[in-house]
Amino acid sequence: MKAAQNIVPFSNDPAKEERLQGIIDKYKEEKGALIPVLQQAQDIYGYLPIEVQMAVAKGLDVPLEKIYGVVTFYSFFNLYPKGNYQISVCLGTACYVKGSRKVLDCLQETLNIEPGQCTTDRSFSLDTCRCIGACGLAPVMLINDDVYGRVLPAEVPEIIAKYQ
Amino acid sequence: MKLQDLNSIKERVLSDVLETTETTRVLVGLATCGIASGAVPVMEKLTELAAGNEKISVSKTGCIGICQYEPIVEVITPDHQKTTYVKVTPEKAEIIFKEHLLGGVPVQDYLVGTVLPSGEDAIATCLEETIFYKKQHRIALRNCGRIDPEQIDQYIATDGYQALGKALTSMTPDDVIQTMLDSGLRGRGGAGFPTGLKWKFASGNRGNVQKYVCCNADEGDPGAFMDRAVLEGDPHAVLEAMAIAGYAIGASMGYIYVRAEYPTAISRLRIAIDQAKELGLLGENIFGTDFSFDIDLRLGSGAFVCGEETALMTSIEGNRGEPRPRPPFPAVKGLFQQPTILNNVETWANIPRIILNGAEWFASMGTEKSKGTKVFALGGKINNTGLVEIEMGTTLREVIEEIGGGIPNGKAFKAAQTGGPSGGCISIDNYDVPIDYDNLIAIGSMMGSGGLIVMDEDNCMVDIAKFFLEFTVDESCGKCTPCRIGTRRLLEIMEKITSGEASMKDLEHLEELATYIKEDALCGLGQTAPNPVLSTLRYFRHEYEAHIKNKKCPAGVCKDLLVYNINPHICVGCGLCKSKCPVGAIFGTLRKPHVINPEICIRCGTCISACRQEAVEVV
Repeated sequence: MKAAQNIVPFSNDPAKEERLQGIIDKYKEEKGALIPVLQQAQDIYGYLPIEVQMAVAKGLDVPLEKIYGVVTFYSFFNLYPKGNYQISVCLGTACYVKGSRKVLDCLQETLNIEPGQCTTDRSFSLDTCRCIGACGLAPVMLINDDVYGRVLPAEVPEIIAKYQ
Repeated sequence: MKLQDLNSIKERVLSDVLETTETTRVLVGLATCGIASGAVPVMEKLTELAAGNEKISVSKTGCIGICQYEPIVEVITPDHQKTTYVKVTPEKAEIIFKEHLLGGVPVQDYLVGTVLPSGEDAIATCLEETIFYKKQHRIALRNCGRIDPEQIDQYIATDGYQALGKALTSMTPDDVIQTMLDSGLRGRGGAGFPTGLKWKFASGNRGNVQKYVCCNADEGDPGAFMDRAVLEGDPHAVLEAMAIAGYAIGASMGYIYVRAEYPTAISRLRIAIDQAKELGLLGENIFGTDFSFDIDLRLGSGAFVCGEETALMTSIEGNRGEPRPRPPFPAVKGLFQQPTILNNVETWANIPRIILNGAEWFASMGTEKSKGTKVFALGGKINNTGLVEIEMGTTLREVIEEIGGGIPNGKAFKAAQTGGPSGGCISIDNYDVPIDYDNLIAIGSMMGSGGLIVMDEDNCMVDIAKFFLEFTVDESCGKCTPCRIGTRRLLEIMEKITSGEASMKDLEHLEELATYIKEDALCGLGQTAPNPVLSTLRYFRHEYEAHIKNKKCPAGVCKDLLVYNINPHICVGCGLCKSKCPVGAIFGTLRKPHVINPEICIRCGTCISACRQEAVEVV
């Protein structure tokens, strides 16, 4: 995966900013405040883009690189938002030999995002997964709870269109 | 709040609620396992049916312990007859309500005795009459499934906060520590360090330095859930014990570090802390003494290593949860560089009873060096999965055959894994060894936090060791080289073995590297990561050798070593498997026996399920 860029532009909402500031003010004087503040910031924004990390850095007077270190250490913190429709492509052996890589390539092209990222309108996010045990249907992709089997790369735009 | 007030609450709740002779009590198990099995609609149905009926009260309770048969409903009539119903649905609840609660006749078809034997002629009507329960001794789980965890009054009615009252009003801090030392209680998180000794180390210089009391509720072992059960079923026990420890070492602040994956536990802890503060059982001048103690929650953020004590404290401080070398031990320099004691949830849950009943009472249970009881989460290939609390010294045979009800489908026991990714396996040779800390270490496993996964003849031990290693590789924090790189290399060798590409030389490397990592890693996670490999090598070396020398997986698990074959005498040549095969590995013409090309086959098993003649064999 190429160096991930945050392609969903961060749109600040004054109401959210105010809530974040409230949390920062509440914890400012407390010891070990960083993680609770980040957890609650993620509750507000759904993820922790660099802009939010910068706001926390400024508010708590903690270096940004420390915040980035903490955010990337714990698996609960997301650097990217998740979409309304979470697409997951199986890269298990059966799916792989049946061409799931090409399906993934096609999804990347259609949605213009990398695995781990989310489209600018926040409708789709793309991830890969290991075997989901539906080898007979390979290659398989999931959109939320819907399973698509024997997917041809050419069908990808059509499937995506159903959700747009 | 004074001790007398505590007693009057106790008497009131006992006569009005817990031991009422006026109303019939209906309890619904609403821990996470119950909720996941559909206990909420059952609760709603019963509440709706009982609305307006003053003779029936419906309330929630924590984990009753038999996960597999959730949702569980218990009915306690005014004459204190208890009935346990299993696998209750809203429809069954309606029948129970009509026939039992209104009609007075228990519904035989849903009784616990229909799924769990009583060991006697009569079928069990309540949990207490089953072998599953009779063999247990519940101290840490004493209130789970008995009281409503969101009602502090009910905890008080079971002698809750009496131990704190006793400690504050009639014991010196040193008395408390001496009681803990005499009780012989050892840490239930896995390592088994004597709790009293830990407290003693942190007790110096009381009143002059800031100290902390921490609770480790970052239960991360796959397969262990006793801490969750205690927090969801009896949160006040943990709060009370932490306050007692605060008094003993001279700390005024406690933190509970609980994993974010336990939302029900978190919300019940929050409720419990608020209620305790409201009654003055936490806060300033508890029981009118000059002792003050406060507790706050810190949520984990999904890192297994944070269950290690130094990593946990680093995480509370707001850093990446990386461990640091010891010494200095936390009792000297812990949280925020101050003296700190950290105990596990189950350890805490034992403490109020020890203070109340005395050290001798506790020390009378268990073995010479392991006192009291231990909670195990029984899982894997066993009939009764669930939470069991047994006296130390019980044998594995009793736990599996009697409490656990044996292994399903008549399969043979192969091994039990304790201690999760840090532990090892217990083979049939040690089936009758009394379970305690030292015996488990001696046979190459460890107590661990209490996951007990049973494996039968169909499990491949090499595959199991590989599974745990994948977990530790994923969760290694990366700070020290033996763990970061060593475990990855171990996993690569394991992958070579399970894919039939290893030589006997690799087995030597595996052992050598595992020993190095054990000796050289920085923290408990790394030092114990090779245990699953070492212990399976010790007892199941022949399975490793079969993978290496014969390129066979005796249990038929490791995919790369399996060969799929079509029996030409059975195959009718229908072509179904050929059309279903995802990789086109099956060849043949219609109505003639087909063949599988092993070079192309990916062993996904699709052909087995496709074939109507059962002609596909795995060898």
